[in-house]
Amino acid sequence: MARFTGKKAKETPALNMGSMSDIIFMLLFFFMTITTMRESSLYVTIKVPKATETIKLQKKSLVSYINVGTPMAGEWQKKYGTESRIQLNDQISEVKDIPLFVEEEVSARVEADRPFVTFSIKADKDTKMGLVSDIKQELRNSGAFKIFYNAAHGERK
Amino acid sequence: MGRKTPGLNTSSMSDISFLLLAFFLLVSNINTDQGIARRLPPPLPENQEKPDVKERNIFVVKINSKDRLLFNGEVGDIRDLKDRAKEFLGNPNNLPNLPEKIQMEIPLLGMMDVSKGVISLQNDRGTSYDMYIAVQNELQAAIVEMRNELSQVKFGRKYNDLPETQAEAIDQAIPIAISEAEPTKIGEK
Repeated sequence: MARFTGKKAKETPALNMGSMSDIIFMLLFFFMTITTMRESSLYVTIKVPKATETIKLQKKSLVSYINVGTPMAGEWQKKYGTESRIQLNDQISEVKDIPLFVEEEVSARVEADRPFVTFSIKADKDTKMGLVSDIKQELRNSGAFKIFYNAAHGERK
Repeated sequence: MGRKTPGLNTSSMSDISFLLLAFFLLVSNINTDQGIARRLPPPLPENQEKPDVKERNIFVVKINSKDRLLFNGEVGDIRDLKDRAKEFLGNPNNLPNLPEKIQMEIPLLGMMDVSKGVISLQNDRGTSYDMYIAVQNELQAAIVEMRNELSQVKFGRKYNDLPETQAEAIDQAIPIAISEAEPTKIGEK
């Protein structure tokens, strides 16, 4: 009966790929706009505590981070032990390095922004408060009063 | 006779854009920084005298090195902390053992009773950061609830939805009255 139904075997029509690049570009722009390049990699492991009353950190350009946690397994633990340590920018530091860090971070901003610089303490939940208190004391003495305790939003178990 | 321009071969376009997409997918991390904001007090001058604060105006919360709590010298549970803090800061029935209030003229709100109560928070050097944040979180929850209640009464909406000037007025009426004492050193190795 091929005479009536047409001679050619049926082919699946080709998909129109014309709009594919539009879709990909849309995704591309989305990720381009939300991207923030990570400035320094962490050498300490940090699992922040959970809290329900968290607020979003505003004005990321005015925030400097103080990371506190145990050095990463392997090389870092061999070098710095397994006790909680502070990481400022790219290196494991001591509490006494904080005033210099504060000064550098504050003077890196334009004059008008300097009073609004926030120091975000990103500490592991198993850190002892002794270390955190020392950090707070140093911040206080260096004139950095705006602080922020990093915490993940969520119910505590 | 105008010649037809040959169509551009765009089939590699999606390859290029896929490549870029994959790159940005890998390097992007969506901003998820959340937490609790606090203000540190300025350093005290050397020969500062202890401020004279009445006992009824202080609510002492202590956390020991084993992460246990004391409220005003009694053993307490973290689940009660929010209500205790609210009762203390609000003093709704004007009880004589809870904080005094002072009348204050606040813009947009008029005359308000502002509590003189201060929550004194003291931890040990051996307290875990997790517990400390848990306590800060409960105290924050108490303050946020009270601010929300006042905001509902005065402006008919939640504190978070208020414009800046109104939020500032609420902040003045219900300040974050948390004072942190020097930590004890029992849990330190």
